[in-house]
Amino acid sequence: MRGANAALGAAGLAAFLALGEAVPRLGLVEREYFPPTSRIAGALGTEVADGAFWTALGDTLTGWALGLALAVGAGIVVGVLLCVVPYLRAATASTIEFLRPIPSVALIPLAVLLYGTELKSVLLLVVYASFWQVLIQVLYGVQDVDPVAEETARSYGLGTWARVRHVLWPTALPYVMTGVRLAAAVALILAITAELVIGAPGLGARIAVAQTSQAVPEMYALIVVAGLLGLLINVGARSVERRALAWHQSVRGEVTV
Amino acid sequence: MRRVLLRLVLTLALPAVLVALWWVSSAGSEDVYWPPLRTIVKTFPDVWTGERWRGDVLPSVLRLAAGYVLAAVAGVALGTLIGSHRRVRAVCEPVLEFLRAVPPPVLVPVIMLFAGIGDTMKIVVIAAGCVWPVLLNTVEGVRAVDAVTAETARSYGITGVAWLRYVVLRSASPQIFAGLRQALSIGIILMVISEMFAASNGLGFTIVQFQRSFAIPGMWTGILLLGLLGFVLSVLFQLVERRALGWYHGLRAAARRPG
Repeated sequence: MRGANAALGAAGLAAFLALGEAVPRLGLVEREYFPPTSRIAGALGTEVADGAFWTALGDTLTGWALGLALAVGAGIVVGVLLCVVPYLRAATASTIEFLRPIPSVALIPLAVLLYGTELKSVLLLVVYASFWQVLIQVLYGVQDVDPVAEETARSYGLGTWARVRHVLWPTALPYVMTGVRLAAAVALILAITAELVIGAPGLGARIAVAQTSQAVPEMYALIVVAGLLGLLINVGARSVERRALAWHQSVRGEVTV
Repeated sequence: MRRVLLRLVLTLALPAVLVALWWVSSAGSEDVYWPPLRTIVKTFPDVWTGERWRGDVLPSVLRLAAGYVLAAVAGVALGTLIGSHRRVRAVCEPVLEFLRAVPPPVLVPVIMLFAGIGDTMKIVVIAAGCVWPVLLNTVEGVRAVDAVTAETARSYGITGVAWLRYVVLRSASPQIFAGLRQALSIGIILMVISEMFAASNGLGFTIVQFQRSFAIPGMWTGILLLGLLGFVLSVLFQLVERRALGWYHGLRAAARRPG
C-alpha cells in the first residue's frame, strides 16, 4: 500500500518535471519566460558550484533560525505567563486579537529606516510574524489543561512552578509543537520576503538580482531551492514534533487558528 | 450587570493603557523615525483623503478580493477533485507538497515575467499564493469524510450535486475554513509585496513612497491603516465563519462539556 503510493507519487513528480520540459519546448509558452526543466537543472548546477550561493543560503538560514528561536522563546514565556497570572489572560485578549492580524509586511518601511539591509530588519519581520503563531497555540494548549489534574496537583500542594512544569507543560506541548511548525514555515516566508523586498543579503536578494539582470533560468533555480528549503523545514518540523510527542498517547487534532 | 462591566473594563483597559503610554512617551519625541503619536493622528486625515481612498485603498482591496476569491474557488474545486480519488491524491501529493513549500513572495518575479506589472500580475500573485492552504486543507477535509455518514447518504440515494454539497463539502468545511483563514493572511502579505515591487498605486506602493521621501508621519499612518485593514478583514472573516460553521462550533462545545 505504502509502496504503491510512493510509486504513484514518484510518477506524479516525473510527470510534473516532464511537463515542465515539454511545455516550453513545444512553444506553448515563451521559452524566455519559462525555461525547460533541463535548463533550470543546469542553472541549479552552476548555482551549487558557486560559493556566493552558499553564503546566501547561510544568510537566509541564519535569519530564519535566529528569528524562529527568538519568537518561540518569547511566545512560550509570554503565553505561560499570561495563563498563570490571574486576570492577565482576560486583560490581554483584546490587545492580542488586535495585534495578531496586523500584517508583518506593514513593518517593512520601518525596518528599512531603522536597520537598512542588516540582519536586524529581517529579524524584526520574522519575529513579529512567527511570535503570534506560537503564542496563540500556547494559549489554546494551556486552556486544554484537565481541571481534575489541575485540582489534584493543587490539593497535593504543588507550587505554581511545579504545576507549570508537571501539569501545564505536558498538556500544552502538543499545541506548542504545532505552533513551532507553523511558525517555522511563516518564518521562512518572511525571511525570504525581507531579502526580496528590502535587499538584506540572502536567497531572496539573489532572486531579486537574477530577476533584474534577466537571468531567468537562475531565477527559477533559486526558486526551486527556496521550495526545497521550505519542504525540508516542513518535514524536519514534523519529525521533531513526532519525536517530542512520542510519549503522547494519541495524535491530537490541530486547533484551527 | 457587574460581570458585563468587568468584561468591558478588562477588554478596554490594556489597549487604552498602551495607547496612552505611546501618546505620553512619544509626546516630546525629537527622533525622526518615532514621531509623536499626536502628529501621526493629526496627519491621518490629511494623508488619507477621499482621493487616496479611491485611488489607493480601493484598488488594493479589490485586487485582494479578486485574487482571494479566485484562489478559494480553484482551491476548493481542485481539492475536492483530488481528495475524493485515492489514486489521484497519491499521484499529486509530492508535487503539491513541494509547491506549497515554495514561499509565495518569490512568485512575484516569476509572475511579473508573464503578466507584466499591471493589475493582472497582482491578482495572479495573490491567487497563486492563497490557493495552496485552501487546496491542501480541502484535500484533507474531503479525505476525512466520516465513513458512516458517507455510506448512509449513499444508501439514501444521495448522489451528484447534492452529494457534493450536503455530504462532502459540508463535512470538509471546518478544514476548508482553516485553509481560508491561512490564505487570508498570506493574501494581505502578497497584496502589499506585489505593490511594493512594481505599482503606481495601492497601499503598499504609497507606504514605500512615504518611506523613500522620508515623510515619516505619513508612513506611520500607512502602517496603522494596514494594521487596521488586517484587523477588519479578520473580524469579517470570523463573522462569516461563525455563521457558516455555527453547527460545528456548537458540536465541539457540546462535546467538550462534561456529562
